Amino acid sequence: MSGIIKRNVDVAVIGGGPAGLGAAIKARECGADKVLLIERAEELGGVLPQCIHNGFGLHYFKEELSGPAYAYKMIEKLNTSGVEVMLKTMVIDLTEEKKITAVNEQGIMEIDAKAVILCMGCRERPRGAIRIPGDRPAGVFTAGAAQRMINIEGHLPGKKILILGSGDIGMIMARRMTLEGAEVKAVVELMPFIGGLIRNEIQCLRDFDIPVYVSHTITSIKGKDRIESITIAEIDSKRKIIEGTEKEFEVDTLLLSVGLIPENELSRKAGVKLHPITGGPLVDNLWQTNVSGIFAGGNVVHVHDLADYVTESSEFAAENACKYIRGGLKEGEEIPVSCQDNIRYVVPNRIRKNGEDVVMFMRVTQPAEKVEIRVGDIYSRKLDFARPSEQIRIDLPGELIKKCDSGLIVRCVPQEDKNNGGEG
Amino acid sequence: MKKTVVCLQCPFACKVDVELSEAGEILSVSGNRCQRGDSYARQEVIAPVRVLTTTVRIDSEDREHPLLSVMTSGAIPKARLGEAMRTLASVRVKAPVEYGEVVYEDLLGTGVNVIATSSIRK
Repeated sequence: MSGIIKRNVDVAVIGGGPAGLGAAIKARECGADKVLLIERAEELGGVLPQCIHNGFGLHYFKEELSGPAYAYKMIEKLNTSGVEVMLKTMVIDLTEEKKITAVNEQGIMEIDAKAVILCMGCRERPRGAIRIPGDRPAGVFTAGAAQRMINIEGHLPGKKILILGSGDIGMIMARRMTLEGAEVKAVVELMPFIGGLIRNEIQCLRDFDIPVYVSHTITSIKGKDRIESITIAEIDSKRKIIEGTEKEFEVDTLLLSVGLIPENELSRKAGVKLHPITGGPLVDNLWQTNVSGIFAGGNVVHVHDLADYVTESSEFAAENACKYIRGGLKEGEEIPVSCQDNIRYVVPNRIRKNGEDVVMFMRVTQPAEKVEIRVGDIYSRKLDFARPSEQIRIDLPGELIKKCDSGLIVRCVPQEDKNNGGEG
Repeated sequence: MKKTVVCLQCPFACKVDVELSEAGEILSVSGNRCQRGDSYARQEVIAPVRVLTTTVRIDSEDREHPLLSVMTSGAIPKARLGEAMRTLASVRVKAPVEYGEVVYEDLLGTGVNVIATSSIRK
Protein backbone atom coordinates (compact mmCIF):
# COMPACT_ATOMS: atom_id res chain seq x y z
CA MET A 1 0.00 0.00 0.00
CA SER A 2 1.46 3.35 -1.01
CA GLY A 3 1.83 6.20 1.42
CA ILE A 4 0.09 9.54 1.49
CA ILE A 5 0.35 11.41 -1.81
CA LYS A 6 1.50 14.99 -1.30
CA ARG A 7 0.65 17.77 -3.75
CA ASN A 8 1.15 21.50 -4.04
CA VAL A 9 -1.24 23.71 -5.96
CA ASP A 10 -1.90 27.42 -6.34
CA VAL A 11 -5.67 27.39 -6.11
CA ALA A 12 -7.77 24.49 -4.81
CA VAL A 13 -11.50 24.64 -5.49
CA ILE A 14 -13.69 22.37 -3.37
CA GLY A 15 -16.87 21.40 -5.20
CA GLY A 16 -17.51 21.05 -8.94
CA GLY A 17 -20.98 22.53 -9.38
CA PRO A 18 -21.82 25.87 -11.02
CA ALA A 19 -19.81 27.68 -8.34
CA GLY A 20 -16.71 25.50 -8.42
CA LEU A 21 -16.68 25.35 -12.22
CA GLY A 22 -16.89 29.14 -12.43
CA ALA A 23 -14.20 29.63 -9.80
CA ALA A 24 -11.75 27.16 -11.36
CA ILE A 25 -12.12 28.54 -14.89
CA LYS A 26 -11.79 32.12 -13.65
CA ALA A 27 -8.71 31.28 -11.57
CA ARG A 28 -6.99 30.06 -14.72
CA GLU A 29 -8.17 33.11 -16.65
CA CYS A 30 -6.63 35.28 -13.93
CA GLY A 31 -3.29 33.60 -14.46
CA ALA A 32 -3.11 31.02 -11.65
CA ASP A 33 -0.79 28.21 -12.71
CA LYS A 34 -1.90 25.05 -10.87
CA VAL A 35 -5.65 25.05 -10.30
CA LEU A 36 -7.20 21.90 -8.87
CA LEU A 37 -10.95 21.23 -8.80
CA ILE A 38 -12.01 18.51 -6.34
CA GLU A 39 -15.44 16.88 -6.70
CA ARG A 40 -16.84 13.96 -4.69
CA ALA A 41 -19.35 12.75 -7.32
CA GLU A 42 -18.63 10.79 -10.49
CA GLU A 43 -19.37 13.76 -12.72
CA LEU A 44 -19.10 17.52 -12.60
CA GLY A 45 -22.10 19.81 -12.42
CA GLY A 46 -23.18 19.54 -8.82
CA VAL A 47 -26.95 19.61 -8.66
CA LEU A 48 -27.31 20.82 -12.28
CA PRO A 49 -27.58 17.39 -13.98
CA GLN A 50 -30.83 16.70 -12.15
CA CYS A 51 -32.29 20.17 -12.83
CA ILE A 52 -33.76 19.32 -16.21
CA HIS A 53 -36.07 22.38 -16.19
CA ASN A 54 -35.31 25.76 -17.77
CA GLY A 55 -34.24 28.99 -16.18
CA PHE A 56 -30.47 28.67 -16.38
CA GLY A 57 -28.03 30.71 -18.38
CA LEU A 58 -30.22 33.69 -19.27
CA HIS A 59 -27.66 36.08 -17.78
CA TYR A 60 -24.42 34.13 -18.06
CA PHE A 61 -24.82 32.61 -21.52
CA LYS A 62 -27.62 34.89 -22.78
CA GLU A 63 -29.63 31.76 -23.63
CA GLU A 64 -32.42 29.96 -21.77
CA LEU A 65 -30.93 26.61 -20.81
CA SER A 66 -31.75 23.59 -18.70
CA GLY A 67 -29.49 22.62 -15.78
CA PRO A 68 -27.66 19.85 -17.67
CA ALA A 69 -27.11 22.20 -20.63
CA TYR A 70 -25.64 24.89 -18.34
CA ALA A 71 -23.34 22.27 -16.83
CA TYR A 72 -22.37 21.04 -20.30
CA LYS A 73 -21.35 24.52 -21.43
CA MET A 74 -19.38 25.21 -18.24
CA ILE A 75 -17.60 21.86 -18.55
CA GLU A 76 -16.74 22.61 -22.18
CA LYS A 77 -15.09 25.86 -21.02
CA LEU A 78 -13.32 23.96 -18.25
CA ASN A 79 -11.92 21.36 -20.65
CA THR A 80 -9.88 23.98 -22.50
CA SER A 81 -8.89 25.96 -19.43
CA GLY A 82 -6.06 23.86 -18.03
CA VAL A 83 -7.78 23.10 -14.72
CA GLU A 84 -6.88 19.75 -13.16
CA VAL A 85 -9.99 17.84 -12.08
CA MET A 86 -10.26 15.08 -9.49
CA LEU A 87 -13.58 13.26 -9.51
CA LYS A 88 -14.86 10.75 -6.93
CA THR A 89 -12.59 12.52 -4.48
CA MET A 90 -13.84 13.48 -1.06
CA VAL A 91 -12.22 16.25 0.95
CA ILE A 92 -12.23 15.07 4.53
CA ASP A 93 -10.21 17.81 6.18
CA LEU A 94 -9.20 21.42 5.67
CA THR A 95 -6.92 23.38 7.96
CA GLU A 96 -6.35 27.07 8.59
CA GLU A 97 -3.01 26.67 6.85
CA LYS A 98 -4.90 25.65 3.72
CA LYS A 99 -3.85 22.02 3.84
CA ILE A 100 -6.48 19.75 2.29
CA THR A 101 -6.79 16.04 3.05
CA ALA A 102 -8.71 14.17 0.35
CA VAL A 103 -9.55 10.52 -0.29
CA ASN A 104 -10.28 8.59 -3.48
CA GLU A 105 -9.62 5.17 -4.99
CA GLN A 106 -5.92 6.03 -5.36
CA GLY A 107 -5.62 6.57 -1.64
CA ILE A 108 -5.14 9.55 0.64
CA MET A 109 -3.81 12.89 -0.57
CA GLU A 110 -2.50 15.92 1.27
CA ILE A 111 -2.76 19.03 -0.86
CA ASP A 112 -1.10 22.29 0.13
CA ALA A 113 -2.84 25.20 -1.56
CA LYS A 114 -1.84 28.87 -1.65
CA ALA A 115 -5.55 29.73 -1.78
CA VAL A 116 -8.71 27.69 -1.30
CA ILE A 117 -12.15 28.49 -2.70
CA LEU A 118 -15.05 26.84 -0.90
CA CYS A 119 -17.83 25.90 -3.34
CA MET A 120 -19.64 23.08 -1.55
CA GLY A 121 -23.15 24.32 -2.08
CA CYS A 122 -26.02 23.26 0.18
CA ARG A 123 -27.79 20.33 1.75
CA GLU A 124 -31.55 20.02 2.08
CA ARG A 125 -33.24 20.32 5.45
CA PRO A 126 -34.72 16.89 6.36
CA ARG A 127 -37.81 15.85 8.32
CA GLY A 128 -35.91 15.38 11.57
CA ALA A 129 -34.77 18.97 11.59
CA ILE A 130 -38.33 20.32 11.56
CA ARG A 131 -39.78 17.52 13.69
CA ILE A 132 -42.96 16.71 11.79
CA PRO A 133 -45.13 14.73 14.23
CA GLY A 134 -46.65 11.35 13.52
CA ASP A 135 -45.59 7.93 12.34
CA ARG A 136 -42.36 7.37 10.50
CA PRO A 137 -43.33 5.31 7.46
CA ALA A 138 -41.47 5.18 4.15
CA GLY A 139 -42.38 7.81 1.58
CA VAL A 140 -40.85 10.98 3.04
CA PHE A 141 -38.25 12.47 0.69
CA THR A 142 -36.56 15.80 0.38
CA ALA A 143 -37.58 17.40 -2.92
CA GLY A 144 -34.06 17.28 -4.31
CA ALA A 145 -33.67 13.60 -3.50
CA ALA A 146 -36.94 12.88 -5.31
CA GLN A 147 -35.73 15.02 -8.22
CA ARG A 148 -32.60 12.92 -8.50
CA MET A 149 -34.65 9.72 -8.40
CA ILE A 150 -36.90 10.84 -11.22
CA ASN A 151 -34.49 12.72 -13.47
CA ILE A 152 -31.33 10.67 -13.15
CA GLU A 153 -32.28 7.24 -11.87
CA GLY A 154 -35.64 6.90 -13.62
CA HIS A 155 -37.86 5.99 -10.65
CA LEU A 156 -41.14 7.60 -9.63
CA PRO A 157 -41.04 8.02 -5.82
CA GLY A 158 -44.81 7.77 -5.41
CA LYS A 159 -48.24 8.26 -6.92
CA LYS A 160 -50.17 10.58 -4.60
CA ILE A 161 -48.04 13.45 -3.40
CA LEU A 162 -48.12 16.20 -0.82
CA ILE A 163 -45.39 18.85 -0.94
CA LEU A 164 -44.30 20.85 2.09
CA GLY A 165 -42.71 24.16 1.19
CA SER A 166 -43.44 26.50 -1.68
CA GLY A 167 -39.84 27.39 -2.50
CA ASP A 168 -38.68 26.92 -6.08
CA ILE A 169 -37.61 23.30 -5.69
CA GLY A 170 -40.98 22.34 -4.17
CA MET A 171 -42.90 24.01 -6.99
CA ILE A 172 -40.67 22.58 -9.69
CA MET A 173 -41.15 19.09 -8.28
CA ALA A 174 -44.92 19.65 -8.18
CA ARG A 175 -44.81 20.16 -11.94
CA ARG A 176 -42.36 17.34 -12.60
CA MET A 177 -44.33 14.77 -10.65
CA THR A 178 -47.57 15.83 -12.36
CA LEU A 179 -45.99 15.57 -15.80
CA GLU A 180 -44.71 12.09 -14.98
CA GLY A 181 -48.19 10.91 -14.03
CA ALA A 182 -48.37 11.36 -10.27
CA GLU A 183 -51.17 13.28 -8.55
CA VAL A 184 -49.94 16.23 -6.51
CA LYS A 185 -52.75 16.88 -4.04
CA ALA A 186 -51.44 20.07 -2.49
CA VAL A 187 -48.48 22.32 -1.71
CA VAL A 188 -48.37 23.38 1.93
CA GLU A 189 -46.55 26.52 3.02
CA LEU A 190 -45.83 27.78 6.54
CA MET A 191 -45.48 31.45 5.63
CA PRO A 192 -48.42 33.59 4.48
CA PHE A 193 -46.83 33.91 1.02
CA ILE A 194 -45.36 31.64 -1.61
CA GLY A 195 -41.63 31.21 -1.19
CA GLY A 196 -40.33 30.94 -4.75
CA LEU A 197 -40.40 32.89 -8.00
CA ILE A 198 -43.71 34.04 -9.50
CA ARG A 199 -42.75 32.31 -12.73
CA ASN A 200 -42.83 28.98 -10.90
CA GLU A 201 -46.05 29.78 -9.08
CA ILE A 202 -47.70 30.11 -12.48
CA GLN A 203 -45.94 27.49 -14.56
CA CYS A 204 -45.73 24.81 -11.86
CA LEU A 205 -48.83 25.26 -9.72
CA ARG A 206 -51.49 27.30 -11.51
CA ASP A 207 -50.83 25.56 -14.84
CA PHE A 208 -51.78 22.24 -13.24
CA ASP A 209 -54.45 23.50 -10.83
CA ILE A 210 -52.43 22.34 -7.84
CA PRO A 211 -53.90 23.89 -4.66
CA VAL A 212 -51.61 25.85 -2.35
CA TYR A 213 -52.31 26.25 1.35
CA VAL A 214 -50.31 29.17 2.78
CA SER A 215 -50.12 29.69 6.55
CA HIS A 216 -50.48 25.95 7.01
CA THR A 217 -48.33 23.26 8.54
CA ILE A 218 -48.37 19.47 8.77
CA THR A 219 -49.77 18.26 12.06
CA SER A 220 -49.29 14.55 11.50
CA ILE A 221 -48.16 11.81 9.16
CA LYS A 222 -50.02 8.49 9.36
CA GLY A 223 -48.97 5.14 7.99
CA LYS A 224 -47.41 1.85 8.97
CA ASP A 225 -44.93 0.79 6.32
CA ARG A 226 -45.77 3.54 3.86
CA ILE A 227 -47.48 6.89 4.25
CA GLU A 228 -51.28 6.52 4.20
CA SER A 229 -52.42 10.04 4.98
CA ILE A 230 -51.14 13.45 6.08
CA THR A 231 -53.05 16.05 8.06
CA ILE A 232 -52.44 19.78 7.76
CA ALA A 233 -53.89 22.72 9.66
CA GLU A 234 -53.89 26.49 9.44
CA ILE A 235 -51.66 28.50 11.76
CA ASP A 236 -52.13 31.97 13.22
CA SER A 237 -49.65 34.83 13.25
CA LYS A 238 -47.93 33.26 16.26
CA ARG A 239 -47.62 29.95 14.41
CA LYS A 240 -50.14 28.24 16.66
CA ILE A 241 -52.57 25.74 15.12
CA ILE A 242 -56.06 27.13 14.60
CA GLU A 243 -58.48 24.53 15.92
CA GLY A 244 -60.96 23.06 13.51
CA THR A 245 -58.92 23.85 10.38
CA GLU A 246 -57.46 20.36 9.95
CA LYS A 247 -57.56 18.83 6.47
CA GLU A 248 -56.52 15.25 5.77
CA PHE A 249 -55.02 14.13 2.45
CA GLU A 250 -54.74 10.51 1.34
CA VAL A 251 -51.23 10.41 -0.08
CA ASP A 252 -48.35 7.94 -0.25
CA THR A 253 -45.51 10.44 -0.57
CA LEU A 254 -44.35 13.63 1.09
CA LEU A 255 -41.75 15.88 -0.53
CA LEU A 256 -39.96 18.33 1.74
CA SER A 257 -38.80 21.66 0.34
CA VAL A 258 -38.13 23.32 3.67
CA GLY A 259 -34.77 24.95 3.31
CA LEU A 260 -31.32 24.68 1.84
CA ILE A 261 -28.50 24.77 4.34
CA PRO A 262 -25.02 25.72 3.17
CA GLU A 263 -22.73 22.78 3.71
CA ASN A 264 -19.91 23.98 5.93
CA GLU A 265 -18.47 20.99 7.76
CA LEU A 266 -15.10 21.64 6.11
CA SER A 267 -15.33 25.37 6.74
CA ARG A 268 -15.76 24.75 10.45
CA LYS A 269 -12.77 22.43 10.48
CA ALA A 270 -10.65 25.23 9.07
CA GLY A 271 -11.79 27.67 11.72
CA VAL A 272 -14.03 29.61 9.34
CA LYS A 273 -16.69 31.57 11.23
CA LEU A 274 -20.27 31.17 10.02
CA HIS A 275 -23.18 33.62 9.68
CA PRO A 276 -25.99 32.77 12.11
CA ILE A 277 -28.79 33.43 9.59
CA THR A 278 -27.40 32.16 6.29
CA GLY A 279 -25.35 29.32 7.77
CA GLY A 280 -22.60 30.23 5.33
CA PRO A 281 -19.14 31.66 6.04
CA LEU A 282 -18.86 35.26 7.14
CA VAL A 283 -17.12 36.96 4.24
CA ASP A 284 -15.78 40.37 3.38
CA ASN A 285 -16.38 42.16 0.10
CA LEU A 286 -13.61 40.08 -1.47
CA TRP A 287 -15.51 36.93 -0.54
CA GLN A 288 -12.67 36.01 1.77
CA THR A 289 -13.55 34.27 5.02
CA ASN A 290 -11.95 35.17 8.34
CA VAL A 291 -9.17 32.72 7.43
CA SER A 292 -6.56 34.37 5.26
CA GLY A 293 -6.51 32.79 1.78
CA ILE A 294 -9.75 30.84 2.18
CA PHE A 295 -12.45 32.28 -0.07
CA ALA A 296 -16.01 31.14 -0.68
CA GLY A 297 -18.47 31.41 -3.55
CA GLY A 298 -21.89 30.22 -4.62
CA ASN A 299 -24.58 28.72 -2.43
CA VAL A 300 -22.15 27.73 0.31
CA VAL A 301 -22.19 31.44 1.23
CA HIS A 302 -25.89 32.10 0.78
CA VAL A 303 -28.59 30.65 -1.42
CA HIS A 304 -28.74 32.48 -4.74
CA ASP A 305 -31.80 32.81 -6.99
CA LEU A 306 -30.14 31.53 -10.14
CA ALA A 307 -27.18 29.37 -11.10
CA ASP A 308 -25.95 32.36 -13.13
CA TYR A 309 -25.55 34.38 -9.91
CA VAL A 310 -23.81 31.43 -8.26
CA THR A 311 -21.21 31.34 -11.02
CA GLU A 312 -20.77 35.11 -10.88
CA SER A 313 -20.18 35.06 -7.12
CA SER A 314 -17.59 32.31 -7.34
CA GLU A 315 -15.85 34.23 -10.13
CA PHE A 316 -15.54 37.22 -7.76
CA ALA A 317 -14.02 34.87 -5.18
CA ALA A 318 -11.58 33.42 -7.73
CA GLU A 319 -10.40 36.85 -8.94
CA ASN A 320 -9.62 37.80 -5.36
CA ALA A 321 -8.01 34.46 -4.57
CA CYS A 322 -5.61 35.06 -7.46
CA LYS A 323 -4.84 38.61 -6.29
CA TYR A 324 -4.20 37.19 -2.83
CA ILE A 325 -1.65 34.72 -4.18
CA ARG A 326 0.21 37.50 -5.97
CA GLY A 327 0.18 39.59 -2.79
CA GLY A 328 -2.03 42.11 -4.53
CA LEU A 329 -5.02 42.21 -2.21
CA LYS A 330 -5.39 45.79 -1.09
CA GLU A 331 -5.76 45.68 2.64
CA GLY A 332 -7.86 48.30 4.32
CA GLU A 333 -9.66 49.15 7.51
CA GLU A 334 -12.64 46.82 7.91
CA ILE A 335 -16.10 48.05 8.73
CA PRO A 336 -18.88 45.69 9.79
CA VAL A 337 -22.15 45.40 7.85
CA SER A 338 -25.38 44.50 9.60
CA CYS A 339 -29.08 44.71 8.82
CA GLN A 340 -32.40 45.53 10.39
CA ASP A 341 -36.04 46.32 9.56
CA ASN A 342 -37.19 44.20 6.66
CA ILE A 343 -33.77 42.89 5.63
CA ARG A 344 -33.27 39.24 6.53
CA TYR A 345 -29.55 39.11 5.76
CA VAL A 346 -26.82 40.91 3.90
CA VAL A 347 -23.68 39.50 2.32
CA PRO A 348 -20.83 40.48 2.76
CA ASN A 349 -20.65 40.97 6.49
CA ARG A 350 -17.68 43.31 6.47
CA ILE A 351 -16.17 45.67 3.95
CA ARG A 352 -12.61 46.76 3.45
CA LYS A 353 -12.18 50.48 2.92
CA ASN A 354 -9.56 50.24 0.21
CA GLY A 355 -11.20 52.31 -2.47
CA GLU A 356 -12.51 49.30 -4.36
CA ASP A 357 -16.12 49.03 -5.42
CA VAL A 358 -18.28 46.68 -3.37
CA VAL A 359 -21.15 44.41 -4.41
CA MET A 360 -23.74 43.56 -1.75
CA PHE A 361 -26.54 41.02 -1.85
CA MET A 362 -29.54 40.90 0.44
CA ARG A 363 -33.05 39.53 0.85
CA VAL A 364 -36.12 40.99 2.50
CA THR A 365 -37.96 39.05 5.19
CA GLN A 366 -41.48 39.94 4.06
CA PRO A 367 -42.76 40.88 0.62
CA ALA A 368 -43.31 44.63 0.37
CA GLU A 369 -44.18 47.28 -2.19
CA LYS A 370 -42.83 50.80 -2.64
CA VAL A 371 -39.81 50.43 -0.43
CA GLU A 372 -36.42 52.01 -0.10
CA ILE A 373 -33.21 50.14 0.55
CA ARG A 374 -30.85 52.28 2.63
CA VAL A 375 -27.20 51.45 3.16
CA GLY A 376 -26.12 53.51 6.16
CA ASP A 377 -26.52 57.09 5.02
CA ILE A 378 -24.29 56.73 1.98
CA TYR A 379 -26.68 55.10 -0.48
CA SER A 380 -30.34 54.43 -1.05
CA ARG A 381 -32.48 52.94 -3.80
CA LYS A 382 -36.20 52.92 -4.29
CA LEU A 383 -37.88 49.70 -5.37
CA ASP A 384 -41.44 49.22 -6.57
CA PHE A 385 -41.53 45.79 -4.96
CA ALA A 386 -39.28 43.51 -2.94
CA ARG A 387 -39.81 39.77 -2.55
CA PRO A 388 -37.92 37.29 -0.33
CA SER A 389 -37.40 35.00 -3.31
CA GLU A 390 -35.63 37.72 -5.31
CA GLN A 391 -32.19 38.69 -4.07
CA ILE A 392 -31.35 42.38 -4.28
CA ARG A 393 -27.98 43.49 -5.56
CA ILE A 394 -26.41 46.82 -4.67
CA ASP A 395 -23.20 48.07 -6.28
CA LEU A 396 -21.39 50.60 -4.09
CA PRO A 397 -18.60 52.72 -5.57
CA GLY A 398 -15.38 52.74 -3.55
CA GLU A 399 -15.45 56.52 -3.00
CA LEU A 400 -18.77 56.25 -1.15
CA ILE A 401 -17.41 53.65 1.24
CA LYS A 402 -14.44 55.81 2.09
CA LYS A 403 -16.93 58.21 3.70
CA CYS A 404 -17.92 55.61 6.32
CA ASP A 405 -16.30 55.68 9.69
CA SER A 406 -18.27 53.12 11.63
CA GLY A 407 -20.35 50.16 10.52
CA LEU A 408 -22.99 50.13 7.81
CA ILE A 409 -26.57 49.20 8.61
CA VAL A 410 -28.71 48.05 5.71
CA ARG A 411 -32.45 48.66 6.02
CA CYS A 412 -35.58 48.21 3.94
CA VAL A 413 -38.18 50.83 4.79
CA PRO A 414 -41.38 52.14 3.20
CA GLN A 415 -40.80 55.00 0.76
CA GLU A 416 -41.60 58.43 2.14
CA ASP A 417 -43.19 61.02 -0.13
CA LYS A 418 -40.79 63.77 0.88
CA ASN A 419 -37.73 61.57 0.95
CA ASN A 420 -34.61 63.04 -0.51
CA GLY A 421 -32.42 59.94 -0.41
CA GLY A 422 -31.84 59.46 -4.11
CA GLU A 423 -29.57 57.04 -5.89
CA GLY A 424 -26.08 57.05 -4.41
CA MET B 1 -65.56 38.24 -19.10
CA LYS B 2 -62.25 39.18 -17.55
CA LYS B 3 -59.14 37.03 -17.32
CA THR B 4 -56.04 38.09 -15.43
CA VAL B 5 -52.63 37.00 -16.61
CA VAL B 6 -49.30 37.51 -14.84
CA CYS B 7 -46.76 38.47 -17.48
CA LEU B 8 -43.45 36.67 -16.96
CA GLN B 9 -41.33 38.58 -19.47
CA CYS B 10 -39.51 40.64 -16.82
CA PRO B 11 -39.35 40.91 -13.01
CA PHE B 12 -42.20 43.45 -12.83
CA ALA B 13 -44.62 40.53 -13.27
CA CYS B 14 -47.47 42.87 -14.25
CA LYS B 15 -50.97 41.61 -13.66
CA VAL B 16 -52.59 42.12 -17.03
CA ASP B 17 -56.38 42.12 -17.36
CA VAL B 18 -57.87 40.87 -20.59
CA GLU B 19 -61.52 41.57 -21.38
CA LEU B 20 -63.16 38.94 -23.56
CA SER B 21 -66.49 38.94 -25.37
CA GLU B 22 -68.94 36.05 -25.04
CA ALA B 23 -67.54 34.69 -28.29
CA GLY B 24 -64.04 34.69 -26.81
CA GLU B 25 -62.71 37.67 -28.74
CA ILE B 26 -60.30 40.02 -27.02
CA LEU B 27 -61.94 43.38 -26.37
CA SER B 28 -59.24 45.11 -24.34
CA VAL B 29 -55.93 44.57 -22.54
CA SER B 30 -54.86 46.66 -19.53
CA GLY B 31 -52.45 46.66 -16.61
CA ASN B 32 -49.30 46.06 -18.65
CA ARG B 33 -46.41 48.48 -18.45
CA CYS B 34 -45.09 47.69 -21.92
CA GLN B 35 -46.05 46.26 -25.29
CA ARG B 36 -44.50 42.88 -24.50
CA GLY B 37 -47.05 42.45 -21.74
CA ASP B 38 -49.84 43.12 -24.20
CA SER B 39 -48.73 40.43 -26.67
CA TYR B 40 -47.88 37.98 -23.89
CA ALA B 41 -51.32 38.36 -22.30
CA ARG B 42 -53.12 37.94 -25.61
CA GLN B 43 -51.23 34.72 -26.35
CA GLU B 44 -51.78 33.41 -22.80
CA VAL B 45 -55.51 33.95 -22.95
CA ILE B 46 -56.17 32.68 -26.47
CA ALA B 47 -53.60 29.88 -26.87
CA PRO B 48 -51.26 29.44 -23.92
CA VAL B 49 -48.02 27.70 -24.86
CA ARG B 50 -45.18 26.21 -22.84
CA VAL B 51 -41.69 24.86 -23.46
CA LEU B 52 -41.54 21.27 -22.18
CA THR B 53 -38.49 19.92 -20.37
CA THR B 54 -38.44 16.25 -19.51
CA THR B 55 -36.39 13.06 -19.86
CA VAL B 56 -36.44 10.20 -22.39
CA ARG B 57 -35.14 6.67 -21.88
CA ILE B 58 -31.84 5.60 -23.31
CA ASP B 59 -31.48 2.19 -24.91
CA SER B 60 -28.34 1.04 -23.16
CA GLU B 61 -26.91 -1.29 -20.59
CA ASP B 62 -25.96 1.56 -18.31
CA ARG B 63 -28.52 1.10 -15.58
CA GLU B 64 -27.13 3.96 -13.53
CA HIS B 65 -27.88 6.60 -16.18
CA PRO B 66 -30.95 5.36 -18.04
CA LEU B 67 -32.25 8.84 -18.94
CA LEU B 68 -31.44 11.71 -21.29
CA SER B 69 -32.62 15.22 -20.41
CA VAL B 70 -34.47 16.91 -23.26
CA MET B 71 -36.21 20.15 -24.10
CA THR B 72 -38.64 21.13 -26.86
CA SER B 73 -37.14 23.47 -29.47
CA GLY B 74 -40.11 25.79 -29.05
CA ALA B 75 -43.32 26.13 -27.06
CA ILE B 76 -46.23 23.76 -27.59
CA PRO B 77 -49.88 24.24 -26.55
CA LYS B 78 -50.17 24.03 -22.77
CA ALA B 79 -53.27 21.85 -23.14
CA ARG B 80 -51.25 19.19 -24.96
CA LEU B 81 -48.46 18.79 -22.37
CA GLY B 82 -49.96 15.53 -21.03
CA GLU B 83 -50.27 14.12 -24.53
CA ALA B 84 -46.67 15.13 -25.26
CA MET B 85 -45.45 13.34 -22.11
CA ARG B 86 -47.32 10.15 -23.05
CA THR B 87 -45.85 10.25 -26.55
CA LEU B 88 -42.30 10.71 -25.27
CA ALA B 89 -42.73 7.90 -22.73
CA SER B 90 -42.37 5.32 -25.49
CA VAL B 91 -39.35 6.93 -27.15
CA ARG B 92 -36.03 5.10 -26.84
CA VAL B 93 -32.83 6.85 -27.76
CA LYS B 94 -29.62 5.04 -28.68
CA ALA B 95 -26.25 6.16 -27.33
CA PRO B 96 -24.14 8.07 -28.26
CA VAL B 97 -26.14 11.30 -28.25
CA GLU B 98 -24.68 14.76 -28.82
CA TYR B 99 -25.81 17.82 -26.89
CA GLY B 100 -28.26 19.69 -29.15
CA GLU B 101 -29.15 16.68 -31.28
CA VAL B 102 -32.78 16.25 -32.34
CA VAL B 103 -34.03 13.05 -30.70
CA TYR B 104 -37.68 13.33 -31.80
CA GLU B 105 -39.11 15.31 -34.67
CA ASP B 106 -42.35 17.21 -34.97
CA LEU B 107 -43.91 16.52 -31.58
CA LEU B 108 -47.67 15.99 -31.96
CA GLY B 109 -47.56 17.63 -35.38
CA THR B 110 -46.68 21.02 -33.88
CA GLY B 111 -43.49 21.36 -35.90
CA VAL B 112 -41.54 21.54 -32.65
CA ASN B 113 -38.64 19.11 -32.17
CA VAL B 114 -37.30 17.51 -28.99
CA ILE B 115 -33.63 18.26 -28.38
CA ALA B 116 -31.03 16.56 -26.18
CA THR B 117 -29.77 18.86 -23.42
CA SER B 118 -26.90 16.63 -22.37
CA SER B 119 -24.45 14.31 -24.04
CA ILE B 120 -24.43 10.56 -23.61
CA ARG B 121 -21.42 8.46 -24.43
CA LYS B 122 -21.76 4.92 -25.71
